[in-house]
Amino acid sequence: MSAPVATNSEGRGEREAVISVRGLTVGFSDKLILENLDLDVWRGEILGIVGGSGTGKSVLLRTIIGLNAKQGGMVKLFGRDFHGAGASERVRLGRRLGVLFQQGALFSSLTVLQNVAVPLREHLHLPEHQAEEFARLKVEMAGLPSDACGKYPSELSGGMIKRAALARALALDPDVVFLDEPTAGLDPIGAAEFDRLTLKLRDTLGLTVFMVTHDLDSLVEITDRIAVLGNRKVLVDGTFAELKKVDHPWVNAYFNGPRAEHLILR
Amino acid sequence: MVVNEGDGQEEAALTPDGQAGAPSYALTLSGDWTMERLGELALQIPDDAARAGARVVLDGSGIGRLDTAGGWVIERARRQAVAAGTQVELRHFSPMAASLLGVLAELAQSDLPPPPPAGAWTRRALVEIGKGAAILLDDGYAVLVMMGETVSALLAVLFGRRRMRWPALFSHINRTAIQAVPIIALMSFLIGMIIAQQGGFYLHTYGADVLVVDLVGVLTCREIGVLLTAIMVAGRSGSAFTAEIGSMKMREEIDAMQVLGLTPVDVLVLPRLMALALALPILTLVSDLAAVAGSWVIGVFYIGIPTDVFLTRLHAALTLTHVMIGFTKAPFMAAIIGLVACVEGMKVKGSAESLGEHTTASVVKAIFMVVVTDGVFAIAFATLGI
Repeated sequence: MSAPVATNSEGRGEREAVISVRGLTVGFSDKLILENLDLDVWRGEILGIVGGSGTGKSVLLRTIIGLNAKQGGMVKLFGRDFHGAGASERVRLGRRLGVLFQQGALFSSLTVLQNVAVPLREHLHLPEHQAEEFARLKVEMAGLPSDACGKYPSELSGGMIKRAALARALALDPDVVFLDEPTAGLDPIGAAEFDRLTLKLRDTLGLTVFMVTHDLDSLVEITDRIAVLGNRKVLVDGTFAELKKVDHPWVNAYFNGPRAEHLILR
Repeated sequence: MVVNEGDGQEEAALTPDGQAGAPSYALTLSGDWTMERLGELALQIPDDAARAGARVVLDGSGIGRLDTAGGWVIERARRQAVAAGTQVELRHFSPMAASLLGVLAELAQSDLPPPPPAGAWTRRALVEIGKGAAILLDDGYAVLVMMGETVSALLAVLFGRRRMRWPALFSHINRTAIQAVPIIALMSFLIGMIIAQQGGFYLHTYGADVLVVDLVGVLTCREIGVLLTAIMVAGRSGSAFTAEIGSMKMREEIDAMQVLGLTPVDVLVLPRLMALALALPILTLVSDLAAVAGSWVIGVFYIGIPTDVFLTRLHAALTLTHVMIGFTKAPFMAAIIGLVACVEGMKVKGSAESLGEHTTASVVKAIFMVVVTDGVFAIAFATLGI
């Protein structure tokens, strides 16, 4: 669907790294999950993160957005040291990030519209009706019908929860969105729609997308680049086609396995 | 006209091309159109341009950054002009901006459904009262249903048709009875001291100091001991039961149980209720003893009643009947606390707020019902002359 905007093999010089991770080490109770990990996320790309269970995909995501403490290394967002920044700087940088948590993490006591309006109210001093107007735009941009605005999260289907959570992640027009398994639990039609939505939003809002996923279809259809985690670091990165040729047992099993066989690369 | 005041670089150019019949205007937008600057952003197509048949060209070549908020300001002005019959053309927008404006043009086409009208306050008050009454009836019904299900589960267990969950029962006994002993003992000890001190103070004026023993002994064993225990247990264990069952309900664990062929009443309600039925008499005994001990401390050290006098007096005043009256009430209190807690837990809906609401309701209702029940017992025993 999308021509890769950039591959890792050439033209690295002129691209801007919105996220730049250097020597990142994260561990819990003397067991290291990530060790000396380097990763760059370029502006405007859709980066897929894959790896076996327990290789620290979610830990990496949570560490970048500052939810987990790190033992060593540096995370730079938009060229600034995020973890070392002061509180106000962190809030300012954090506003430029949107996160779609795996289970949506919508506030259960608020309606969809109120959920999306939370960051708008908190960070911009908007009058009530304007916050709701923008929230409604975001809800519709995320592909929800406008009558979903008044519903509570417990009344939504799985796909709608993901869309509502995406609308909240997009509320402040972030530069980067983090998606944690966005298509997990969706039916193929819903998952394909979500893929198209991600692409469309990238193209209209100029988003950079950091996506943890196991959905091979998503990886083929929308990612510009895929980074494979393993052995506590990034094993290899490249486009789907490039990774099919990589000679590493896990990478080979993943990208040439029975489930990847019949995917058509465009 | 672009109004983007407070920033010198914004400027507007309005150029009537002066074609007869269909005048054409060009507006050049400049600067950053982003959410942070929302307060300064405004785009209004001037009245004489917004005439039917006129043509307005919006030139986006000078726009720096454009996000959804800025795009929406432009789109709203465009819609207004189009509604007035003006033709609007967007020109020289960057591809990304054009695509964003294209997306926005399709959004928010109709108004959101308005919130239902509130109505007059008299009507609202009546509706609230009616709802309250309906909820009260529903609650009563739910408690009766839960009681029936629990009794039938208990009978089924007694006749060996269903399994008793022994590990669950013992774990609940540990949590509701054994772990509650220190706090109940401490609280009752203090209450015993307070009653003795206050009673002693007034009885002293009649020279009837020694009657403090009668006062504390009878009062705690008949009423205060079991009442305090029930209130404490409702706050301690009733709230925990509601929160546990409620969060299980929220995460569909109760539905999972039903599908797996487990009866939630067997697994969740029966062990909790039985644990409470055992816990309350035990804790009542603890409470009675602690309160009497508290009054003994005050009697000996504050009022000056020697221990042997205290014990003789206690032996004479406190008959077994008084103690048994207290104990008789304990299982009823246990049933009320347990049933209310489990019913409220089962009523929890999907949200965190709902969990808090029902936990609060569980404690408040249980304490209220416990006090009412105690009053009913007091009247009944008085009528029976016990």
